[in-house]
Amino acid sequence: MKALCWHGKNDIRYDTVPDPKIEHPRDAIIKTTSCAICGSDLHLYDHFIPGMEHGDIMGHEFMGEVVEVGSENKALKVGDRIVVPFTITCGECEQCKRGNFSVCERSNRRKDLGDKVFGHSTAGLFGYSHLTGGYAGGQAEYVRVPFADSTHVKVPSTLTDEQVLFLGDIFPTGWQAAVQCDIQPTDTVAVWGAGPVGQFCVRSAVLLGAKQVVMIDNVPERLLMAEAGGAITINFDKESVVERLNELTRGKGPEKCIDAVGLESHATRSLDAVYDRVKQATMMESDRPHVLREMIYVCRPAGILSIPGVYGGLVDKIPMGALMNKGLTVRTGQTHVKRWTDDLLRRIDEGQIDPSFVITHTVSLDQGPEMYKTFRDKLDNCIKVILKP
Amino acid sequence: MTMLEKFSSSQQSLGVADKLARGLGFYSFGLGLLELAAPRLLTRTLGMEGSEKLVRAYGAREIVSGVGALSDNPVPALWSRVAGDALDLATLATALTPDNPKRGNVKIAMAVVLATALVDIMAAKAATDRHHRPRNMPIRDYSNRSGFPQSAEAMRGAAGDFETPADMRADIGNGYSRASAVPL
Repeated sequence: MKALCWHGKNDIRYDTVPDPKIEHPRDAIIKTTSCAICGSDLHLYDHFIPGMEHGDIMGHEFMGEVVEVGSENKALKVGDRIVVPFTITCGECEQCKRGNFSVCERSNRRKDLGDKVFGHSTAGLFGYSHLTGGYAGGQAEYVRVPFADSTHVKVPSTLTDEQVLFLGDIFPTGWQAAVQCDIQPTDTVAVWGAGPVGQFCVRSAVLLGAKQVVMIDNVPERLLMAEAGGAITINFDKESVVERLNELTRGKGPEKCIDAVGLESHATRSLDAVYDRVKQATMMESDRPHVLREMIYVCRPAGILSIPGVYGGLVDKIPMGALMNKGLTVRTGQTHVKRWTDDLLRRIDEGQIDPSFVITHTVSLDQGPEMYKTFRDKLDNCIKVILKP
Repeated sequence: MTMLEKFSSSQQSLGVADKLARGLGFYSFGLGLLELAAPRLLTRTLGMEGSEKLVRAYGAREIVSGVGALSDNPVPALWSRVAGDALDLATLATALTPDNPKRGNVKIAMAVVLATALVDIMAAKAATDRHHRPRNMPIRDYSNRSGFPQSAEAMRGAAGDFETPADMRADIGNGYSRASAVPL
Protein backbone atom coordinates (compact mmCIF):
# COMPACT_ATOMS: atom_id res chain seq x y z
CA MET A 1 0.00 0.00 0.00
CA LYS A 2 0.97 3.66 -0.18
CA ALA A 3 1.72 5.80 2.87
CA LEU A 4 3.47 8.99 3.94
CA CYS A 5 6.66 8.04 5.74
CA TRP A 6 9.16 9.96 7.85
CA HIS A 7 12.76 9.82 6.65
CA GLY A 8 14.36 12.53 8.77
CA LYS A 9 14.02 16.22 9.43
CA ASN A 10 11.70 17.86 6.86
CA ASP A 11 11.78 14.65 4.82
CA ILE A 12 8.35 13.05 4.29
CA ARG A 13 7.95 10.67 1.36
CA TYR A 14 5.09 8.95 -0.43
CA ASP A 15 6.33 5.39 -0.11
CA THR A 16 5.19 1.87 -0.85
CA VAL A 17 5.05 -0.13 2.39
CA PRO A 18 3.70 -3.57 3.42
CA ASP A 19 -0.05 -3.79 4.11
CA PRO A 20 -0.95 -3.95 7.80
CA LYS A 21 -2.13 -7.24 9.33
CA ILE A 22 -4.18 -8.24 12.35
CA GLU A 23 -1.64 -8.78 15.13
CA HIS A 24 -3.99 -9.19 18.11
CA PRO A 25 -7.55 -10.48 18.43
CA ARG A 26 -8.80 -7.03 19.49
CA ASP A 27 -7.38 -5.32 16.36
CA ALA A 28 -9.12 -4.07 13.27
CA ILE A 29 -7.85 -2.98 9.89
CA ILE A 30 -9.46 0.02 8.24
CA LYS A 31 -9.35 1.28 4.70
CA THR A 32 -8.69 4.99 5.12
CA THR A 33 -11.19 7.26 3.41
CA SER A 34 -9.85 10.58 4.79
CA CYS A 35 -6.91 11.66 6.86
CA ALA A 36 -5.37 14.98 7.80
CA ILE A 37 -2.08 16.67 8.57
CA CYS A 38 -2.18 17.89 12.15
CA GLY A 39 -0.20 20.83 13.53
CA SER A 40 1.53 18.42 15.87
CA ASP A 41 2.72 16.39 12.86
CA LEU A 42 4.83 19.44 12.08
CA HIS A 43 6.81 18.88 15.30
CA LEU A 44 7.81 15.50 13.85
CA TYR A 45 8.44 17.05 10.43
CA ASP A 46 10.78 19.60 12.04
CA HIS A 47 12.21 16.79 14.19
CA PHE A 48 11.57 18.29 17.59
CA ILE A 49 10.00 15.12 19.00
CA PRO A 50 12.53 12.37 19.72
CA GLY A 51 12.06 8.69 18.96
CA MET A 52 11.21 8.72 15.25
CA GLU A 53 12.77 6.11 12.97
CA HIS A 54 13.28 6.01 9.20
CA GLY A 55 10.20 4.69 7.44
CA ASP A 56 7.74 5.40 10.28
CA ILE A 57 4.25 6.02 8.85
CA MET A 58 2.94 9.47 9.77
CA GLY A 59 -0.51 10.64 10.79
CA HIS A 60 -2.91 10.43 13.69
CA GLU A 61 -6.08 12.04 12.28
CA PHE A 62 -7.88 9.52 10.13
CA MET A 63 -11.08 7.63 9.50
CA GLY A 64 -12.33 4.90 7.23
CA GLU A 65 -14.19 1.67 6.70
CA VAL A 66 -13.47 -1.47 8.69
CA VAL A 67 -12.23 -4.20 6.33
CA GLU A 68 -11.04 -6.82 8.81
CA VAL A 69 -11.57 -7.47 12.54
CA GLY A 70 -9.76 -9.65 15.07
CA SER A 71 -11.48 -12.69 16.59
CA GLU A 72 -12.10 -11.07 20.01
CA ASN A 73 -13.32 -7.76 18.63
CA LYS A 74 -17.07 -7.87 19.14
CA ALA A 75 -17.57 -4.11 18.95
CA LEU A 76 -16.85 -3.76 15.23
CA LYS A 77 -17.78 -5.55 12.06
CA VAL A 78 -16.60 -5.33 8.48
CA GLY A 79 -18.22 -2.34 6.77
CA ASP A 80 -18.49 -0.14 9.89
CA ARG A 81 -17.52 3.46 9.29
CA ILE A 82 -15.32 4.77 12.09
CA VAL A 83 -13.23 7.73 13.14
CA VAL A 84 -10.12 6.65 15.03
CA PRO A 85 -9.09 8.66 18.11
CA PHE A 86 -5.40 9.50 18.04
CA THR A 87 -4.95 8.20 21.60
CA ILE A 88 -5.04 4.41 21.65
CA THR A 89 -7.06 3.18 24.62
CA CYS A 90 -7.54 -0.26 26.14
CA GLY A 91 -10.73 0.87 27.88
CA GLU A 92 -10.02 -1.40 30.85
CA CYS A 93 -7.12 0.03 32.85
CA GLU A 94 -7.51 2.28 35.89
CA GLN A 95 -6.84 5.47 33.88
CA CYS A 96 -9.24 4.55 31.07
CA LYS A 97 -11.96 3.81 33.63
CA ARG A 98 -11.46 7.28 35.10
CA GLY A 99 -11.77 8.83 31.64
CA ASN A 100 -8.06 9.70 31.49
CA PHE A 101 -7.75 8.00 28.12
CA SER A 102 -4.62 9.83 26.99
CA VAL A 103 -2.66 8.19 29.79
CA CYS A 104 -3.96 4.66 29.19
CA GLU A 105 -1.65 2.33 31.08
CA ARG A 106 -1.66 -0.51 28.57
CA SER A 107 -1.64 0.80 25.03
CA ASN A 108 1.96 2.04 24.83
CA ARG A 109 3.94 -1.00 23.72
CA ARG A 110 7.19 0.93 24.27
CA LYS A 111 6.40 1.60 27.91
CA ASP A 112 10.11 1.21 28.72
CA LEU A 113 10.97 4.25 26.60
CA GLY A 114 8.03 6.27 27.88
CA ASP A 115 8.94 5.49 31.50
CA LYS A 116 12.53 6.54 30.91
CA VAL A 117 11.70 9.87 29.28
CA PHE A 118 8.52 10.92 31.12
CA GLY A 119 8.89 9.06 34.43
CA HIS A 120 5.74 7.10 33.68
CA SER A 121 4.60 6.24 30.20
CA THR A 122 1.50 7.69 28.52
CA ALA A 123 -0.94 6.12 26.06
CA GLY A 124 0.08 4.75 22.71
CA LEU A 125 -0.47 7.21 19.85
CA PHE A 126 -0.72 6.63 16.12
CA GLY A 127 2.24 7.79 14.07
CA TYR A 128 3.85 9.77 16.86
CA SER A 129 7.30 8.36 17.62
CA HIS A 130 8.43 5.26 19.44
CA LEU A 131 8.05 7.04 22.78
CA THR A 132 4.33 6.51 22.31
CA GLY A 133 4.48 2.98 20.98
CA GLY A 134 5.86 3.37 17.47
CA TYR A 135 2.46 2.53 15.93
CA ALA A 136 2.01 3.04 12.20
CA GLY A 137 0.03 6.21 11.50
CA GLY A 138 -3.05 7.00 9.49
CA GLN A 139 -1.64 8.84 6.47
CA ALA A 140 -1.88 5.57 4.59
CA GLU A 141 -4.29 3.55 2.49
CA TYR A 142 -4.83 1.03 5.30
CA VAL A 143 -4.24 1.21 9.03
CA ARG A 144 -4.07 -1.38 11.79
CA VAL A 145 -6.02 -0.13 14.80
CA PRO A 146 -4.83 -1.78 18.03
CA PHE A 147 -7.41 -2.14 20.85
CA ALA A 148 -9.90 -1.33 18.11
CA ASP A 149 -12.88 -2.55 20.13
CA SER A 150 -12.26 0.47 22.39
CA THR A 151 -10.34 2.83 20.07
CA HIS A 152 -13.03 3.95 17.64
CA VAL A 153 -15.99 6.26 17.19
CA LYS A 154 -18.76 4.91 14.97
CA VAL A 155 -20.17 7.63 12.76
CA PRO A 156 -23.48 7.72 10.89
CA SER A 157 -23.62 7.73 7.10
CA THR A 158 -25.68 10.92 7.20
CA LEU A 159 -22.57 12.94 8.06
CA THR A 160 -19.70 13.49 5.61
CA ASP A 161 -16.07 12.62 6.30
CA GLU A 162 -15.29 16.33 6.46
CA GLN A 163 -17.87 16.82 9.23
CA VAL A 164 -16.67 13.98 11.47
CA LEU A 165 -12.97 13.43 10.72
CA PHE A 166 -11.84 15.96 13.31
CA LEU A 167 -13.54 14.02 16.11
CA GLY A 168 -10.31 12.01 16.12
CA ASP A 169 -8.20 14.90 17.39
CA ILE A 170 -8.50 18.63 16.82
CA PHE A 171 -12.17 19.14 17.73
CA PRO A 172 -12.00 17.28 21.07
CA THR A 173 -8.58 18.84 21.66
CA GLY A 174 -9.99 22.36 21.31
CA TRP A 175 -13.02 21.32 23.33
CA GLN A 176 -10.97 19.81 26.18
CA ALA A 177 -8.77 22.91 26.26
CA ALA A 178 -11.88 25.03 26.81
CA VAL A 179 -13.49 22.57 29.25
CA GLN A 180 -10.28 22.56 31.33
CA CYS A 181 -10.85 26.31 31.78
CA ASP A 182 -14.25 25.66 33.43
CA ILE A 183 -15.58 28.69 31.56
CA GLN A 184 -17.96 31.03 33.42
CA PRO A 185 -20.25 33.56 31.72
CA THR A 186 -18.06 36.37 33.12
CA ASP A 187 -14.81 34.99 31.69
CA THR A 188 -12.45 36.36 29.11
CA VAL A 189 -10.67 33.46 27.42
CA ALA A 190 -7.44 34.30 25.58
CA VAL A 191 -6.25 31.78 22.99
CA TRP A 192 -2.74 31.84 21.53
CA GLY A 193 -2.39 30.30 18.07
CA ALA A 194 -5.04 30.51 15.32
CA GLY A 195 -4.15 27.17 13.78
CA PRO A 196 -6.78 24.43 13.55
CA VAL A 197 -6.77 23.60 17.29
CA GLY A 198 -6.93 27.29 18.19
CA GLN A 199 -9.94 27.68 15.86
CA PHE A 200 -11.74 24.89 17.72
CA CYS A 201 -10.74 26.43 21.07
CA VAL A 202 -12.50 29.65 20.00
CA ARG A 203 -15.69 27.85 18.89
CA SER A 204 -15.70 25.69 22.03
CA ALA A 205 -15.22 28.69 24.33
CA VAL A 206 -18.07 30.51 22.56
CA LEU A 207 -20.38 27.48 22.82
CA LEU A 208 -19.48 27.11 26.49
CA GLY A 209 -20.55 30.70 27.06
CA ALA A 210 -17.40 32.80 27.59
CA LYS A 211 -18.11 36.53 27.82
CA GLN A 212 -15.36 37.25 25.32
CA VAL A 213 -12.82 35.15 23.46
CA VAL A 214 -9.57 36.71 22.27
CA MET A 215 -7.32 35.17 19.61
CA ILE A 216 -3.63 36.08 19.44
CA ASP A 217 -1.67 35.37 16.24
CA ASN A 218 -0.03 37.22 13.35
CA VAL A 219 -1.35 35.31 10.31
CA PRO A 220 -4.08 37.48 8.74
CA GLU A 221 -6.23 34.74 7.16
CA ARG A 222 -6.18 32.73 10.39
CA LEU A 223 -7.24 35.78 12.39
CA LEU A 224 -10.10 36.29 9.91
CA MET A 225 -11.27 32.72 10.50
CA ALA A 226 -11.05 33.21 14.28
CA GLU A 227 -13.09 36.41 14.00
CA ALA A 228 -15.72 34.48 12.05
CA GLY A 229 -15.96 32.12 15.03
CA GLY A 230 -16.61 34.96 17.43
CA ALA A 231 -13.14 36.00 18.58
CA ILE A 232 -11.71 39.45 19.14
CA THR A 233 -8.30 39.29 17.46
CA ILE A 234 -4.86 40.61 18.36
CA ASN A 235 -2.17 40.64 15.68
CA PHE A 236 1.01 40.58 17.75
CA ASP A 237 2.99 42.07 14.87
CA LYS A 238 0.83 45.17 15.00
CA GLU A 239 -0.08 45.72 18.66
CA SER A 240 1.03 44.84 22.17
CA VAL A 241 -0.62 41.67 23.46
CA VAL A 242 -0.27 42.74 27.09
CA GLU A 243 -1.72 46.22 26.55
CA ARG A 244 -4.62 45.03 24.42
CA LEU A 245 -5.56 42.22 26.82
CA ASN A 246 -5.48 44.67 29.72
CA GLU A 247 -7.69 47.05 27.75
CA LEU A 248 -10.21 44.27 27.15
CA THR A 249 -10.29 43.20 30.80
CA ARG A 250 -10.28 46.52 32.70
CA GLY A 251 -6.58 46.06 33.43
CA LYS A 252 -7.08 42.72 35.21
CA GLY A 253 -6.02 40.23 32.52
CA PRO A 254 -7.95 37.26 31.11
CA GLU A 255 -9.21 34.70 33.64
CA LYS A 256 -8.48 31.81 31.30
CA CYS A 257 -5.58 31.39 28.88
CA ILE A 258 -5.13 28.64 26.28
CA ASP A 259 -1.81 27.77 24.62
CA ALA A 260 -2.74 26.27 21.24
CA VAL A 261 0.79 26.76 19.91
CA GLY A 262 3.16 24.47 21.79
CA LEU A 263 6.86 24.03 21.29
CA GLU A 264 7.39 25.96 18.03
CA SER A 265 6.13 29.43 18.85
CA HIS A 266 6.99 32.16 16.36
CA ALA A 267 7.09 35.54 18.03
CA THR A 268 8.85 37.73 15.55
CA ARG A 269 9.44 40.83 17.65
CA SER A 270 10.28 39.39 21.00
CA LEU A 271 13.71 39.06 22.58
CA ASP A 272 12.88 35.83 24.35
CA ALA A 273 11.82 34.29 21.02
CA VAL A 274 15.26 35.06 19.55
CA TYR A 275 16.87 33.58 22.68
CA ASP A 276 14.77 30.41 22.28
CA ARG A 277 15.64 30.14 18.57
CA VAL A 278 19.34 30.24 19.33
CA LYS A 279 19.07 27.76 22.20
CA GLN A 280 16.92 25.38 20.19
CA ALA A 281 19.22 25.55 17.14
CA THR A 282 22.24 24.77 19.34
CA MET A 283 20.37 21.93 21.08
CA MET A 284 20.48 23.59 24.50
CA GLU A 285 16.69 23.66 24.72
CA SER A 286 14.20 21.42 22.93
CA ASP A 287 11.08 23.63 23.01
CA ARG A 288 10.38 27.33 22.44
CA PRO A 289 8.02 28.38 25.26
CA HIS A 290 7.33 32.05 24.41
CA VAL A 291 3.57 31.53 24.66
CA LEU A 292 3.83 29.88 28.08
CA ARG A 293 5.83 32.82 29.42
CA GLU A 294 3.37 35.34 27.99
CA MET A 295 0.33 33.46 29.35
CA ILE A 296 1.81 33.31 32.84
CA TYR A 297 2.50 37.05 32.66
CA VAL A 298 -0.88 38.22 31.38
CA CYS A 299 -3.22 35.81 33.18
CA ARG A 300 -5.36 37.18 35.98
CA PRO A 301 -4.29 35.98 39.45
CA ALA A 302 -6.07 32.74 40.43
CA GLY A 303 -6.70 32.10 36.73
CA ILE A 304 -6.30 28.93 34.69
CA LEU A 305 -3.74 28.09 32.03
CA SER A 306 -4.89 25.35 29.68
CA ILE A 307 -2.20 23.84 27.45
CA PRO A 308 -3.30 21.64 24.55
CA GLY A 309 -0.22 22.75 22.55
CA VAL A 310 2.34 19.95 22.36
CA TYR A 311 5.64 20.21 24.24
CA GLY A 312 8.28 17.55 23.82
CA GLY A 313 11.10 18.08 26.27
CA LEU A 314 12.85 20.84 28.16
CA VAL A 315 12.12 24.57 28.33
CA ASP A 316 14.04 27.46 29.79
CA LYS A 317 13.29 30.73 31.64
CA ILE A 318 9.78 29.90 32.78
CA PRO A 319 8.62 32.64 35.19
CA MET A 320 7.84 30.34 38.11
CA GLY A 321 7.71 33.32 40.46
CA ALA A 322 4.71 34.77 38.62
CA LEU A 323 3.08 31.37 38.22
CA MET A 324 3.38 30.59 41.94
CA ASN A 325 2.62 34.00 43.39
CA LYS A 326 -0.42 34.54 41.16
CA GLY A 327 -1.79 31.14 42.18
CA LEU A 328 -2.36 30.01 38.63
CA THR A 329 -3.75 26.57 37.86
CA VAL A 330 -2.12 24.70 34.98
CA ARG A 331 -4.09 22.03 33.14
CA THR A 332 -2.56 20.19 30.24
CA GLY A 333 -2.20 16.79 28.60
CA GLN A 334 -2.90 14.98 25.39
CA THR A 335 -6.62 14.81 24.70
CA HIS A 336 -8.84 12.20 26.35
CA VAL A 337 -10.59 11.93 22.98
CA LYS A 338 -13.12 9.22 23.87
CA ARG A 339 -14.32 11.23 26.86
CA TRP A 340 -15.82 13.88 24.60
CA THR A 341 -16.69 12.23 21.29
CA ASP A 342 -20.25 11.04 22.03
CA ASP A 343 -21.25 14.53 23.12
CA LEU A 344 -19.44 16.27 20.25
CA LEU A 345 -20.83 13.87 17.64
CA ARG A 346 -24.32 14.70 18.93
CA ARG A 347 -23.58 18.43 18.62
CA ILE A 348 -22.41 17.95 15.02
CA ASP A 349 -25.43 15.80 14.22
CA GLU A 350 -27.78 18.41 15.71
CA GLY A 351 -26.11 21.11 13.63
CA GLN A 352 -24.67 23.11 16.52
CA ILE A 353 -21.30 23.14 14.75
CA ASP A 354 -19.92 21.96 11.42
CA PRO A 355 -16.19 21.24 11.87
CA SER A 356 -15.54 21.27 8.12
CA PHE A 357 -15.26 25.09 8.30
CA VAL A 358 -11.53 24.73 9.02
CA ILE A 359 -10.60 22.77 5.84
CA THR A 360 -8.72 24.91 3.34
CA HIS A 361 -6.99 22.25 1.21
CA THR A 362 -8.11 18.80 0.04
CA VAL A 363 -5.56 16.80 -1.96
CA SER A 364 -4.68 13.20 -2.77
CA LEU A 365 -2.29 11.29 -0.50
CA ASP A 366 0.58 11.45 -2.98
CA GLN A 367 0.57 15.25 -2.68
CA GLY A 368 0.96 14.95 1.09
CA PRO A 369 4.73 15.56 1.28
CA GLU A 370 4.40 18.88 -0.54
CA MET A 371 1.46 19.85 1.67
CA TYR A 372 3.58 19.37 4.79
CA LYS A 373 5.77 22.17 3.49
CA THR A 374 2.81 24.34 2.44
CA PHE A 375 1.14 23.91 5.85
CA ARG A 376 4.36 24.44 7.84
CA ASP A 377 5.27 27.59 5.91
CA LYS A 378 1.67 28.91 5.95
CA LEU A 379 1.71 29.27 2.17
CA ASP A 380 -1.37 29.52 -0.05
CA ASN A 381 -3.53 30.56 2.96
CA CYS A 382 -3.28 27.01 4.25
CA ILE A 383 -4.93 26.26 7.60
CA LYS A 384 -6.03 22.61 7.41
CA VAL A 385 -5.13 19.91 4.92
CA ILE A 386 -7.24 16.84 4.23
CA LEU A 387 -5.68 13.94 2.33
CA LYS A 388 -7.67 11.42 0.31
CA PRO A 389 -5.83 8.09 -0.13
CA MET B 1 9.41 28.09 -10.00
CA THR B 2 13.17 28.26 -9.63
CA MET B 3 15.55 26.08 -11.59
CA LEU B 4 16.20 24.02 -8.46
CA GLU B 5 12.48 23.51 -7.81
CA LYS B 6 12.05 21.92 -11.25
CA PHE B 7 14.04 18.97 -9.96
CA SER B 8 11.90 18.57 -6.84
CA SER B 9 9.01 16.12 -6.55
CA SER B 10 5.71 16.66 -4.76
CA GLN B 11 6.06 13.09 -3.48
CA GLN B 12 8.99 14.05 -1.28
CA SER B 13 8.92 17.07 1.02
CA LEU B 14 12.67 17.60 0.98
CA GLY B 15 13.33 19.59 -2.19
CA VAL B 16 16.63 20.18 -3.97
CA ALA B 17 16.79 23.63 -2.35
CA ASP B 18 16.51 22.03 1.11
CA LYS B 19 19.22 19.49 0.33
CA LEU B 20 21.51 22.24 -0.94
CA ALA B 21 20.86 24.30 2.21
CA ARG B 22 21.73 21.28 4.32
CA GLY B 23 24.94 20.65 2.36
CA LEU B 24 25.98 24.28 2.76
CA GLY B 25 25.18 24.04 6.46
CA PHE B 26 27.59 21.13 6.92
CA TYR B 27 30.21 22.88 4.72
CA SER B 28 29.91 26.05 6.77
CA PHE B 29 30.16 24.13 10.02
CA GLY B 30 33.26 22.24 8.84
CA LEU B 31 35.01 25.34 7.51
CA GLY B 32 34.20 27.16 10.73
CA LEU B 33 35.75 24.41 12.82
CA LEU B 34 38.89 24.49 10.65
CA GLU B 35 39.18 28.27 11.00
CA LEU B 36 38.71 28.06 14.75
CA ALA B 37 41.07 25.14 15.31
CA ALA B 38 43.88 25.87 12.80
CA PRO B 39 43.92 29.57 11.88
CA ARG B 40 47.70 29.58 11.35
CA LEU B 41 47.41 26.94 8.67
CA LEU B 42 45.20 29.32 6.69
CA THR B 43 47.10 32.54 7.39
CA ARG B 44 50.39 30.91 6.41
CA THR B 45 48.91 29.52 3.19
CA LEU B 46 47.55 32.97 2.29
CA GLY B 47 50.49 35.02 3.49
CA MET B 48 48.32 36.69 6.08
CA GLU B 49 50.31 35.97 9.23
CA GLY B 50 49.12 38.02 12.18
CA SER B 51 45.44 37.74 11.19
CA GLU B 52 44.76 34.60 13.26
CA LYS B 53 42.25 36.33 15.55
CA LEU B 54 40.29 37.55 12.54
CA VAL B 55 40.27 34.05 11.04
CA ARG B 56 38.98 32.64 14.35
CA ALA B 57 36.21 35.25 14.40
CA TYR B 58 35.26 34.28 10.83
CA GLY B 59 35.28 30.66 11.96
CA ALA B 60 32.78 31.45 14.70
CA ARG B 61 30.64 33.25 12.09
CA GLU B 62 30.75 30.20 9.82
CA ILE B 63 29.64 27.91 12.65
CA VAL B 64 26.69 30.18 13.50
CA SER B 65 25.69 30.22 9.80
CA GLY B 66 26.09 26.45 9.63
CA VAL B 67 23.86 25.84 12.64
CA GLY B 68 21.29 28.23 11.16
CA ALA B 69 21.38 26.55 7.73
CA LEU B 70 20.74 23.19 9.39
CA SER B 71 17.79 24.53 11.42
CA ASP B 72 14.10 24.35 10.46
CA ASN B 73 14.35 27.87 8.99
CA PRO B 74 17.58 28.04 6.95
CA VAL B 75 16.74 31.17 4.95
CA PRO B 76 18.29 33.87 7.23
CA ALA B 77 21.44 31.77 7.65
CA LEU B 78 21.79 31.29 3.88
CA TRP B 79 21.57 35.03 3.25
CA SER B 80 24.04 35.59 6.10
CA ARG B 81 26.41 33.27 4.25
CA VAL B 82 26.13 35.50 1.17
CA ALA B 83 27.08 38.52 3.31
CA GLY B 84 29.89 36.45 4.82
CA ASP B 85 31.20 35.64 1.34
CA ALA B 86 31.38 39.36 0.56
CA LEU B 87 33.29 39.94 3.79
CA ASP B 88 35.68 37.08 2.98
CA LEU B 89 36.33 38.48 -0.52
CA ALA B 90 37.00 41.95 0.89
CA THR B 91 39.37 40.52 3.47
CA LEU B 92 41.23 38.41 0.91
CA ALA B 93 41.53 41.44 -1.38
CA THR B 94 43.62 43.17 1.28
CA ALA B 95 46.17 40.35 0.90
CA LEU B 96 46.60 40.92 -2.84
CA THR B 97 49.58 43.18 -2.29
CA PRO B 98 52.71 42.99 -4.49
CA ASP B 99 54.86 42.08 -1.47
CA ASN B 100 52.77 39.00 -0.60
CA PRO B 101 54.64 35.94 -1.89
CA LYS B 102 51.43 33.88 -1.54
CA ARG B 103 49.42 36.10 -3.91
CA GLY B 104 48.73 33.10 -6.13
CA ASN B 105 47.10 31.25 -3.25
CA VAL B 106 45.03 34.30 -2.41
CA LYS B 107 43.74 34.44 -6.00
CA ILE B 108 42.77 30.76 -5.84
CA ALA B 109 41.03 31.34 -2.49
CA MET B 110 39.13 34.30 -3.96
CA ALA B 111 38.00 32.19 -6.90
CA VAL B 112 36.75 29.49 -4.50
CA VAL B 113 34.91 32.07 -2.37
CA LEU B 114 33.38 33.61 -5.50
CA ALA B 115 32.14 30.21 -6.69
CA THR B 116 30.80 29.46 -3.20
CA ALA B 117 29.07 32.85 -3.19
CA LEU B 118 27.26 31.99 -6.42
CA VAL B 119 26.06 28.70 -4.93
CA ASP B 120 25.06 30.53 -1.72
CA ILE B 121 23.04 33.11 -3.65
CA MET B 122 21.31 30.40 -5.65
CA ALA B 123 20.55 28.38 -2.49
CA ALA B 124 19.34 31.42 -0.53
CA LYS B 125 17.08 32.52 -3.36
CA ALA B 126 15.68 29.02 -3.88
CA ALA B 127 15.05 28.52 -0.17
CA THR B 128 13.38 31.94 0.07
CA ASP B 129 11.13 31.16 -2.90
CA ARG B 130 10.30 27.72 -1.51
CA HIS B 131 9.65 28.51 2.12
CA HIS B 132 9.06 32.18 2.67
CA ARG B 133 5.55 33.49 2.77
CA PRO B 134 5.58 36.45 0.33
CA ARG B 135 4.80 39.78 2.02
CA ASN B 136 2.25 40.61 -0.67
CA MET B 137 0.57 37.19 -0.65
CA PRO B 138 -3.15 37.67 -1.37
CA ILE B 139 -5.16 36.92 1.77
CA ARG B 140 -8.11 34.60 1.27
CA ASP B 141 -11.24 35.78 3.01
CA TYR B 142 -12.27 33.21 5.60
CA SER B 143 -14.70 35.54 7.34
CA ASN B 144 -17.65 33.34 6.29
CA ARG B 145 -16.18 30.25 7.96
CA SER B 146 -17.71 30.35 11.40
CA GLY B 147 -18.71 26.70 11.56
CA PHE B 148 -21.92 27.80 13.28
CA PRO B 149 -25.45 27.68 11.88
CA GLN B 150 -26.14 31.18 13.23
CA SER B 151 -24.01 34.18 14.16
CA ALA B 152 -21.32 33.55 16.73
CA GLU B 153 -23.14 35.89 19.10
CA ALA B 154 -26.30 33.82 18.79
CA MET B 155 -24.30 30.64 19.51
CA ARG B 156 -22.70 32.01 22.69
CA GLY B 157 -23.55 29.57 25.46
CA ALA B 158 -25.34 27.14 23.13
CA ALA B 159 -23.58 24.26 24.90
CA GLY B 160 -25.09 25.33 28.22
CA ASP B 161 -26.29 21.75 28.71
CA PHE B 162 -22.67 20.64 29.13
CA GLU B 163 -21.52 20.03 32.68
CA THR B 164 -17.82 20.45 33.45
CA PRO B 165 -16.45 17.18 34.86
CA ALA B 166 -15.50 17.33 38.55
CA ASP B 167 -11.78 16.96 37.84
CA MET B 168 -11.78 20.00 35.55
CA ARG B 169 -13.73 22.48 37.67
CA ALA B 170 -12.23 25.75 38.79
CA ASP B 171 -13.69 25.35 42.27
CA ILE B 172 -12.07 22.03 43.01
CA GLY B 173 -10.98 21.86 46.64
CA ASN B 174 -11.01 25.56 47.53
CA GLY B 175 -14.53 26.08 48.77
CA TYR B 176 -15.43 28.33 45.85
CA SER B 177 -18.88 27.71 44.53
CA ARG B 178 -20.23 28.52 41.12
CA ALA B 179 -23.48 29.85 42.61
CA SER B 180 -21.64 32.46 44.65
CA ALA B 181 -19.27 33.46 41.85
CA VAL B 182 -18.99 37.21 41.58
CA PRO B 183 -17.47 38.87 38.54
CA LEU B 184 -14.21 40.48 39.59
